[in-house]
Amino acid sequence: MNNIIDVKNLTYKYANSGDKKALDNVSLSIEKGSWTSIVGHNGSGKSTLARSIDGLMSYNEGVINVDGIILSDDTVWDIRKKIGMIFQNPDNQFVGATVEDDVAFGLENLGIETDKMHKIVNNVLKKVRMEDFKERQPDQLSGGQKQRVAIAGVLASKPEIIILDEATSMLDPQGRYEIINLINEIHQENDITVISITHDVSEAMLSDHVIVLNDGKIVESGAPKKVFNDDEMLKLTGLEKPFNAHLFDALVEQGIHPPVELRMDENDLEEWLCQLLLKA
Amino acid sequence: MSIAFESVDFVYQAHTPFENLSLRNINLTIPDGSYTAIIGHTGSGKSTLIQHVNGLLRPTKGLVNVDGQIINANTKNKQLVSLRQHVGIVFQFPESQLFAETVVDDVKFGPLNFGVSDTEATNRAKDALQKVKLPEEFWQKSPFELSGGQMRRVAIAGVLATNPKILILDEPTAGLDPQGRFEMMELFNELHHKEQLTILLVTHQMDDVANYADNVIVMDGGQIVKNGAPVEVFRDTKWLIKHQLGLPKAANFAIKLADRGVKFDKMPLDISGLVHQIVNVKDRRPSHE
Repeated sequence: MNNIIDVKNLTYKYANSGDKKALDNVSLSIEKGSWTSIVGHNGSGKSTLARSIDGLMSYNEGVINVDGIILSDDTVWDIRKKIGMIFQNPDNQFVGATVEDDVAFGLENLGIETDKMHKIVNNVLKKVRMEDFKERQPDQLSGGQKQRVAIAGVLASKPEIIILDEATSMLDPQGRYEIINLINEIHQENDITVISITHDVSEAMLSDHVIVLNDGKIVESGAPKKVFNDDEMLKLTGLEKPFNAHLFDALVEQGIHPPVELRMDENDLEEWLCQLLLKA
Repeated sequence: MSIAFESVDFVYQAHTPFENLSLRNINLTIPDGSYTAIIGHTGSGKSTLIQHVNGLLRPTKGLVNVDGQIINANTKNKQLVSLRQHVGIVFQFPESQLFAETVVDDVKFGPLNFGVSDTEATNRAKDALQKVKLPEEFWQKSPFELSGGQMRRVAIAGVLATNPKILILDEPTAGLDPQGRFEMMELFNELHHKEQLTILLVTHQMDDVANYADNVIVMDGGQIVKNGAPVEVFRDTKWLIKHQLGLPKAANFAIKLADRGVKFDKMPLDISGLVHQIVNVKDRRPSHE
């Protein structure tokens, strides 16, 4: 297996927080090109973990290795070049006067020449389907559109890894749907590694791998269908049971018994119910 | 307290090049003690609408009547003081408005501003903090040492401490984890029932609409395009999808089955309704014996 991120024994304590550790001896590996969801309740350490990987916080103990480079004061800028971060609030990360300017901002900082810059900007705006909005100002955009511009800005610098920190939590259902679809596309087309911190169970169910954090520790890690089938753990960590599992359990209670493997598979449960209800 | 809108228009940035009609001919009655959800995609006018209820925005045309108090284009701020004591608004991400040195100081700022004595304000603050279930150990701490969910509770307590009769909530659970979201929605429901608060909830969570509201207002392009009980509003599924509004998850699932030929008697809004319908259809099936 080819890991792009290796975290070993990471520990982080905020100042003035007593003995409580925001991250407590966390170790994990993330496979190159995979889509990983990090879930857990507010304050479980998810954002601290993501920010540590990007070198935005200096942790107390542990080793972080990103694409073969060990994170340190000397390497933090090399590592940041490999990582694009998208944050929660679309308004806080819009720096340009127009969509086009906003995407170009990062490139200007990298000293890219103008012709090339235009090409890249056009390209990435097309990718996020915002090419018709090039000259719009941020106040003329919906939250979902602003997040798409933020993603375009990140794509422009060709990162190996994109980290989304609750990037869909402030969006309306349509905006959320657009962003999740976009993440899925980018990750499949470009072999980019995606790490998404999220509370959205239906989003996490689409990813390759789920890591559950609770009080700064990893309590479970694996395929979503395995992780979200563990009722006890969901209850303990305050996570939501997927809709399909709710429905499955309610059916069983009323004496309808679909095969157990359908508890984690909405399409197959739908199929099974159709068979049950439509056969003459 | 009841709320009525009569032919309300609101023009945003009037007499400037950015002039923009953002509410158009709003007619609306919200009964005292009701729980109303307001839905609609971003930019449909939901936030503009709720800010009219306590006069933060005033109608360009028409009038708003809150329990006898009239708000129109000529209403002065001074005339709104008593109204504002009765209408509490919890804005999006209210924790970003916390400022005081301790939690209690932050919560009592509202009542103090309305001229309540310090002792009374402190009592009200403690009462409100109990209502939002923030453990006492946090009351003397700086609000900035708390977690996001706890900070949100403090901000909501600050609104409750002014003893509102109408509570307006603008996406109050955005950004909270599932457990926090559930607790928050249960808290509002409890306030609604125990204290007979009239609640207006702006939300994108259709499951919350189905579970808590007795009335739904759908906004689009600054107008009210639908108004009715959740069952009525969610009945027209094709229309809702066209307006990018989404449906409660159970209704969504039911539609997928219905599209493949399963005949339900009515559109279920939650899981128990869905299972009930599935059992009905199953029992109706001709048996093979």
